[in-house]
Amino acid sequence: MKEVWQYRELFFFMVWRDVKIRYKQTLLGASWAIIQPFFTMIVFTIFFGRLAKMPSDGIPYPIFSYSALLPWTFFAGALNLSGNSLVVNSNLITKVYFPRITIPAAAVFSGLVDFAIAFTVLLGMMVYYQIEFTWGLLMWPLLLIPLVLVALGVGMILSSLNVKYRDIKYTIPFGIQLWLFLTPVIYPTSIIPERFRFLAALNPLTGLIETFRATILPGREVNLHGLLISLAVSVMLFVAGFVYFRKTERNFADII
Amino acid sequence: MEFSLKVDAISKQYRIGQLFRENMLRDAVVNFVKHPFVKKSKETIWALKDVSFEIKKGETLGIIGRNGAGKSTLLKVLSKITYPSSGSLKVHGRIASLLEVGTGFHLELTGRENIYMNGSILGMKKKEIDKRIDEIIEFSGIGNFIDTPVKRYSSGMRLRLGFAVAAHLIADILLIDEILAVGDAGFQKKCLNAMGGLSSGGRTVLFVSHNMAAVENLCQRVIWIDDGKVKKDGDSKEVIRSYLETFSNGDYSNFDLDKIENRSGNGAIRFSGMEFLDLKGNPKNIIQTGDSLIVRLHYYSENGVRNLHFALELYTVLGTKVTSLNTWASGFEIQKLPWGEGYIDVEIDSLNIVANRYYVSLWAASAGNLWYDKLDYCAMLDVEQSDFYNSGREMSSQHFGMVLFPCKWKLNGR
Repeated sequence: MKEVWQYRELFFFMVWRDVKIRYKQTLLGASWAIIQPFFTMIVFTIFFGRLAKMPSDGIPYPIFSYSALLPWTFFAGALNLSGNSLVVNSNLITKVYFPRITIPAAAVFSGLVDFAIAFTVLLGMMVYYQIEFTWGLLMWPLLLIPLVLVALGVGMILSSLNVKYRDIKYTIPFGIQLWLFLTPVIYPTSIIPERFRFLAALNPLTGLIETFRATILPGREVNLHGLLISLAVSVMLFVAGFVYFRKTERNFADII
Repeated sequence: MEFSLKVDAISKQYRIGQLFRENMLRDAVVNFVKHPFVKKSKETIWALKDVSFEIKKGETLGIIGRNGAGKSTLLKVLSKITYPSSGSLKVHGRIASLLEVGTGFHLELTGRENIYMNGSILGMKKKEIDKRIDEIIEFSGIGNFIDTPVKRYSSGMRLRLGFAVAAHLIADILLIDEILAVGDAGFQKKCLNAMGGLSSGGRTVLFVSHNMAAVENLCQRVIWIDDGKVKKDGDSKEVIRSYLETFSNGDYSNFDLDKIENRSGNGAIRFSGMEFLDLKGNPKNIIQTGDSLIVRLHYYSENGVRNLHFALELYTVLGTKVTSLNTWASGFEIQKLPWGEGYIDVEIDSLNIVANRYYVSLWAASAGNLWYDKLDYCAMLDVEQSDFYNSGREMSSQHFGMVLFPCKWKLNGR
């Protein structure tokens, strides 16, 4: 851990590089950070909100889904980027030493920039739907911490597995898609039958995303019980990922 | 704290199976289903075996050895890229490894941005790079293009930029791999100078190279690695000499080249032997400075090799090329080689080199730079002293350089 601190500048440079490269030579530049969740929200609103009449607990469906899509898009992007990060940077791993953990970690943190950009749109939508700004908004940066922990934990496991088994690369997008449907982004937790609620709570994103929503939308209470389970699972996933990564990283240069 | 780096009985083992491992989870599952009780291959190779040495602070150490001898693995272990299977490594000071020029360069980033990226990957702090950035840009000679994305650079420019960062690295211990093998001669010299400067600044340098002249030039001490073990460790001249001696087979006038396995090329032509003859065609066992000499190269050719060139090159024991005699330079065209065995003679009028031991390399190549056969340091040529200037005086390599020109002296015009 001491070493990671020594290499913190390299970590910042890597985050900066990832962010910079993502929007270089693209037509729309950083607006992609907005376009992706925003258009997903529109599609969801049309198909799930209007056509399928998905309940949204009395909140306008666009803002119901967008407030969940923001953390979700960050999480999905972070998994995808960090899961492939070691393989993409294999030339670094075989040529120079630095704490390997900086690579998947930088991939996760670079997504926070996109998150911040897309967050401004949420503020705009709140003005449009005349939702009062509350102190709850200040909870968002805090809620990001467990979200980042989950992304780091799962990202470290996936990236390390990917070094050994290249078909992990193909399962990541598929897994993310499945995970989306297991998470209350499109639907509220309230439509899950009571007896399955406990299972749903084991998915750390359930409690986190519900809390992201509850802190800014009126008339929603934070489900403390669910949130605590999510926090516990988040920390556990992070620790598991960290331990697994530390155990496997010695062999990265030999087998990548 | 006398030493910078202490290597204690380091070994590195690779499982052979790792080379043909299951790349895909799919394969691993399939294999397990097919042969659930078969254990994975336990066959292993030792890339390094029981390697120990110590580098003092401020010392410049060269590492030499054939391809696959374990030099690169050693460097990777020292730079902590890969872990040893056993043994320990002690380091005093900040270590930086240059296994490649421009590690971490990204094509979309500008030259300036890449300097920061590359520098920090190599372990420099941002402040340190800030301080040196002007020097680095100056050194690279990139000039106005420094704020252009690197993808628009020529490969030479990228290389220079990478070297520029490397030359300004701040570290107590530098590990350098074969990176001087690339780049144009002028720039190579600049880098060698910069690195010479590095070692004089109290820095410890470990240098892996095939360029014996560079190793000899930069390092006082050399370690020769063979088959994963330290074969010899000591004064650079001595170690390099015994290393180069292993390339020759010891005969003096007639060399059987057939059995030499250390060769490259596609084999359409294969050198089978070499003879040193006098002008009458008799074997020449003792060769002296100023002698006439015929070198006969025996070869075996496959059907219809066309437009090719032969060469005979001489090297000093330190790896400096003395000359390259080749049919291309002499304008001797060979349209087509008949199938089977044959020989080609090169007649040297006067061997104007100072008495010493030399090494011979041979090659045959197409006009389009395709190697047919290439033998490096395949034979030894011992040139004995002679009375070259008819003065009765002998000239040794210690004081008389490498070549002798036929010449006459006149004082005040007479």
